[in-house]
Amino acid sequence: MSAVVKLHDIHKSFGSVEVLKGVSFEIEKGEVVAIIGRSGSGKSTALRCINRLETIQSGTLEVCGHRVDDQSLDLRALRQDVGMVFQSYNLFPHLTVEQNITLAPRRVKGVPNREARALALESLQRVGLAEKIDAYPEQLSGGQQQRVAIARSLAMQPKVMLFDEVTSALDPQLTGEVLRVMETLARGGMTMAVVTHEMAFARRVANRVIFMHQGKVWETGPGDMLADPKTAELRDFISNGL
Amino acid sequence: MRYNFDFASLQEYWPEFLRGALMTLEMTVIACVLGLVIGVFCAIGRRGKRKWLATLCGAYVEIVRNTPYLIQIFFIFFGLASAGLKLPIFAAAVLTMVFNVGAYTAEIVRAGMDTIHPGQIEAAEALGLSTPQIYWDVILRPSLERVYPSLSGQFVLMMLSSSVTSQISAEELTGVANSVQSESFRSFETFIVVAVLYFAMAMLLKFAFHLFGQAIFPRRRRLGTPL
Ligand SMILES: Nc1ncnc2c1ncn2[C@@H]1O[C@H](COP(=O)(O)OP(=O)(O)O)[C@@H](O)[C@H]1O
Ligand SMILES: [Mg+2]
Repeated sequence: MSAVVKLHDIHKSFGSVEVLKGVSFEIEKGEVVAIIGRSGSGKSTALRCINRLETIQSGTLEVCGHRVDDQSLDLRALRQDVGMVFQSYNLFPHLTVEQNITLAPRRVKGVPNREARALALESLQRVGLAEKIDAYPEQLSGGQQQRVAIARSLAMQPKVMLFDEVTSALDPQLTGEVLRVMETLARGGMTMAVVTHEMAFARRVANRVIFMHQGKVWETGPGDMLADPKTAELRDFISNGL
Repeated sequence: MRYNFDFASLQEYWPEFLRGALMTLEMTVIACVLGLVIGVFCAIGRRGKRKWLATLCGAYVEIVRNTPYLIQIFFIFFGLASAGLKLPIFAAAVLTMVFNVGAYTAEIVRAGMDTIHPGQIEAAEALGLSTPQIYWDVILRPSLERVYPSLSGQFVLMMLSSSVTSQISAEELTGVANSVQSESFRSFETFIVVAVLYFAMAMLLKFAFHLFGQAIFPRRRRLGTPL
């Protein structure tokens, strides 16, 4: 098995504030990695470096064979391989569900319009929302919007998917429907990096958990490590909730 | 006050009025289309990374929005003439309108763009869309949908302001009115007729914008809610 995401000694600063202080981890093909940690510990930043929404100051970063730290990176090719889902859904409000899903395939991959609807339908079936294909985002609940956002990402057939606290804006009952979709994806063999506060999800679904603290990977291990933390910081984090 | 209205003596001038009204509409349509193009590029320029371009676009917008339209007309008309460029009056009049409405449009479009949440742009970037694609699909289209009411209001206003181009002898509705009243000696009636015509044209334009908006913004047509 080869790693599809490799971070080695990543340093990232915003101005003079160093946010990532030498982060290293790898994600194998088909692996689901949960990234946990306090707010401000650098989880989102680490995720955003992977698809170059942020540029790093030093370290090496390779994703699906793309050298992300390289100046000559083919950004478009990288982003075709890496899907990302955000906390705030970010569906395009003026477009229907179908158009939201097919925009990037049409524009970036040149999928012809007549094939686009079938593609949208197929992606929507994977998140259980086929009947909403002609709805507009504002007509959907938060949980449904987030599932459409996942479908939108899936339609690009990414090799890796990044999830940044995708259930944090949702009510508990809506959280469940989104987590179930993600679990199905994970079981289907998708390579995933999931920043989350859902400890039960991390334990049950993730192959590996990364605990970040103060811009560093503080502790890492299988889901079970949450039951038996090695470091005081992780113990503290788990017992204090978030 | 006793005044005997005599609209009958204006009857022979109907073809003139109609010609003037059509020219006003024609000038307005051309000015709005070109003004929209300028306004969009100017709004993008003001948001862009190139400092000199942002400054240039900003200066244009501020100058136009803070000087009288009539002065702008004279400035362009006599400015061009003294630079040796002799434009037909119709072209010169339309040019001043484009120059004017472009700046107002830029400001409206920019306000629309400012309402686009940065998360929208990030989502589009993460999907692999290029910067021009993001500008068109994710920034411009929803921005225009959002500011469409202000934009069409501005265009109706431009139609009414175009009467000022009669000052450089444009043969639009007000220009026609000036010649009709000096020939017929029925000034009051003439300007009543012209006012009614402008009002009717404004209503017509509003309705046309409504229909056009329904055609190009399917979300609005289907849901009826502002974006
Ligand atoms: N664009 C930015 N500019 C400046 N500081 C930022 C930016 N994004 C994040 N930070 C800072 O970086 C630190 C880590 O943020 P983040 O990666 O979002 O943490 P997490 O996702 O774990 O809550 C925080 O202190 C945050 O304030
Ligand atoms: Mg975060």
